[in-house]
Amino acid sequence: MKKYPLEGLKVVDFSWIFTGPIVTKYLGDHGAEIIKIESAARPDGTRLMTPFAGGKMGMNTSGVYANYNSSKYSMNLNLREPRAVEIVKKLVARADIVLETFGPGVMGRLGLDYDALKGVKPDIVMLSMSMFGQYGPYAKQPTFGQLLQATNGFVHLLGWPDRSPSLPVAAYTDYIAPWYVLIALMSALDYRRRTGKGQYIDLAMQEASVHLASPVVMDYTINGRIQNRMGNNCPGAAPHGVYPCQGEERWCAIAVFSDDEWQDLCKVMDNPEWTRSPKFDTLPHRAENIEELDELMGKWTINFTPEEVMAKLQAVGVAAGVVQTGQDLVDNDPQLKHRRHFVEMDHAEMGKHLTERPPFQLSKTPSEPQRPFPSFGEHTELVCKEILGMDDQEFAELIGAGVLA
Amino acid sequence: MPEELEKPPMLDSYRVLDLTDDRGALCGKIMAELGADVVKVERPGGDPARNVGPFFHDTPNPEKSLNWFAFNINKRGITLNIETKDGQEIFRKLVKNADFVVESFTPGYLDGLGLGYEALSKVNPRIVMTSITPYGQTGPHSKFNSPDLVTMSMAGYTYICGDSDRPPVRFSSDQSYMQSSLQATAGTLIAHYHRELSGEGQHVDVSAQESMVWTLCYAPHDWYLLKALHHTREGSRWKRFGVTYRLIWPCKDGYVCYRLLMAQPGANVMNEMIESMNKEGFGLDMKGIDWGTMGFDQMSQENINSWEEEVGKYFLNHTKRELHEEAVRQRNVLQPVNTSQDMVESPQLEARDFWVQLEHPELGETITYPGPYFKSTETAWQKGRRAPLVGEHNEEIYEKELGLSGEELLTLKREKVI
Repeated sequence: MKKYPLEGLKVVDFSWIFTGPIVTKYLGDHGAEIIKIESAARPDGTRLMTPFAGGKMGMNTSGVYANYNSSKYSMNLNLREPRAVEIVKKLVARADIVLETFGPGVMGRLGLDYDALKGVKPDIVMLSMSMFGQYGPYAKQPTFGQLLQATNGFVHLLGWPDRSPSLPVAAYTDYIAPWYVLIALMSALDYRRRTGKGQYIDLAMQEASVHLASPVVMDYTINGRIQNRMGNNCPGAAPHGVYPCQGEERWCAIAVFSDDEWQDLCKVMDNPEWTRSPKFDTLPHRAENIEELDELMGKWTINFTPEEVMAKLQAVGVAAGVVQTGQDLVDNDPQLKHRRHFVEMDHAEMGKHLTERPPFQLSKTPSEPQRPFPSFGEHTELVCKEILGMDDQEFAELIGAGVLA
Repeated sequence: MPEELEKPPMLDSYRVLDLTDDRGALCGKIMAELGADVVKVERPGGDPARNVGPFFHDTPNPEKSLNWFAFNINKRGITLNIETKDGQEIFRKLVKNADFVVESFTPGYLDGLGLGYEALSKVNPRIVMTSITPYGQTGPHSKFNSPDLVTMSMAGYTYICGDSDRPPVRFSSDQSYMQSSLQATAGTLIAHYHRELSGEGQHVDVSAQESMVWTLCYAPHDWYLLKALHHTREGSRWKRFGVTYRLIWPCKDGYVCYRLLMAQPGANVMNEMIESMNKEGFGLDMKGIDWGTMGFDQMSQENINSWEEEVGKYFLNHTKRELHEEAVRQRNVLQPVNTSQDMVESPQLEARDFWVQLEHPELGETITYPGPYFKSTETAWQKGRRAPLVGEHNEEIYEKELGLSGEELLTLKREKVI
């Protein structure tokens, strides 16, 4: 077996919900040791998030938690106990990275801010990920990714111009920050390798997310234009839409950017009379008559399944793709199977569940979930005894005192 | 903050050869902001992404694409026709002294030119090469034509977005290109970490479809665990297993985003908002309810609807800024549905010196760009220069760094290699 690229790297992980755990899953699936700190008073909230295996709510049955927490150890620590704080410092003394996603100031109140941790490990790389950053007028407002995507313009840009915007059901900005955090951590490790120096990084989800809407923002800063949601319309393309197909809630996306592609599309449709109308002969004309065009396209696509539309059009190089559902992705998509995107894992309590592999494949080093997600506190004893070298008596005493809870 | 500017970047000035168009440009941009020396290698005449709008003052021109500006700051730029023998030879010379190659061509294109990973790794075994494509380098869909809307659909993202009485929709901004480039950068730096320890370079093969599947959260697990297809398109509402909540609410001048009973150490926050509502005569029967003990999935839809009606009336009486500022005071979770203008005017971003100004001498203007997304005790995000003009650094790189003579350069220009 090839060596994992991050073998030997050690991470103390205070993060929870989506963003931080995705980061540490990536690190863990590439071979890093991840010790995830959770307490009974404040378990990772994702443990209690739907869907649950068998529909049964429990600490160790959430599908979303299972996905984001492969390859980790779960350790219970009640951080209000001074002895728990000492245990954290012992873990940090042997670690490379500390990641936390508490509200600003929490780590300081626990006696675990950067200055304290630097004291036990001078070259530690510590990263705090928060919604708005560690300071600023809104820094202490508690909120959730589901709402932050509105702050960052993504809600405004989703939906139909004649209606209220739509909500991306999965908190979109929660899925921007993880990779910026990962990039910052890997870069900080590069800096440490070259200089011997660690650092503290204050990374704001809000700021990272703005970068993914840069042209929209700059259209305002330069041209004064406030871009609005436009359904599926797209300047420079027509047709550019999602069209109904045979079956319940079955749809196919089609996007035509050039007149050549339009001609190819017409051929596949057997050149119906309407396609020869001057209303549709050039891109500007098709764009002008987009509503009528969309309706006519839909009358053609409805005769086929979305898979048939995709196959016919892609065969001649016209961009088309099935609007896939969770079922399509998990059960049917041959490309995702080819890439082994989803991996089936088996957990002692939850049983079979899915976890994802990265969207990138490294040609020479593996990335695989090392173990299924940990049950709540599953590795408390392992971490105390095998990693920290505690004896049975001390371990039992800490359990009794509620430190390891 | 002058002390910010004096801090060094996180990355060394690693040489990145960036062959991408708009589908991959963000990757090199992120590395350039962190200190890498990113050289954009464009075809003679320029990267086709220079034709992607919007444009500076709405004038279509390859030197005025805002899309191109946004994702190519801090890079240097050269032109090179890699479809010619001479161009390929020059590219291999550049690869000898490079650390990274990033590209977003159709799978197989570079192999056909003798510039695929296998060939380049013979020139430089340490090279990390990153390929960003819609579906990855191999597999049944790898050659599909897949602009953003198609990739977003194949990833299952459009299925969960929009209104139930209309077709699924995508964001009106190309997010699959952004996500794949962003996640590609993370993969590239993991490969870099390995290279620095082992001396071994490798190929990073990225799928935009998979990068978007990563952002779905529930959908694959709803199906796998429960054979459920929840999260059909609910527009401004949010539906999970039986109950639906309003998440997007009209207010006086736009919309705000808020959900009743959002898991907060709850009671106080709800009560403070209800107090404000009561003062204006709304939600009088919401007073005195013990909100802290209520789980959001244990409510009857009837109750939710009647409370939401009262909250909705209150929101309509106020602007999004007013409601947001009140929420900040009350430590409530509400957020404004911001437009680009609202984002640029955000007091939070201003307090953190987020926006940066870059000079564009050719345009006679200074342009505002999104800036540092992190603060560090030791290093800093690098405020560099505007995106390069077509072939701006040809002489600097070909003559000074690669050692070509002025005469050779002229010949290459004449033969349209450069």
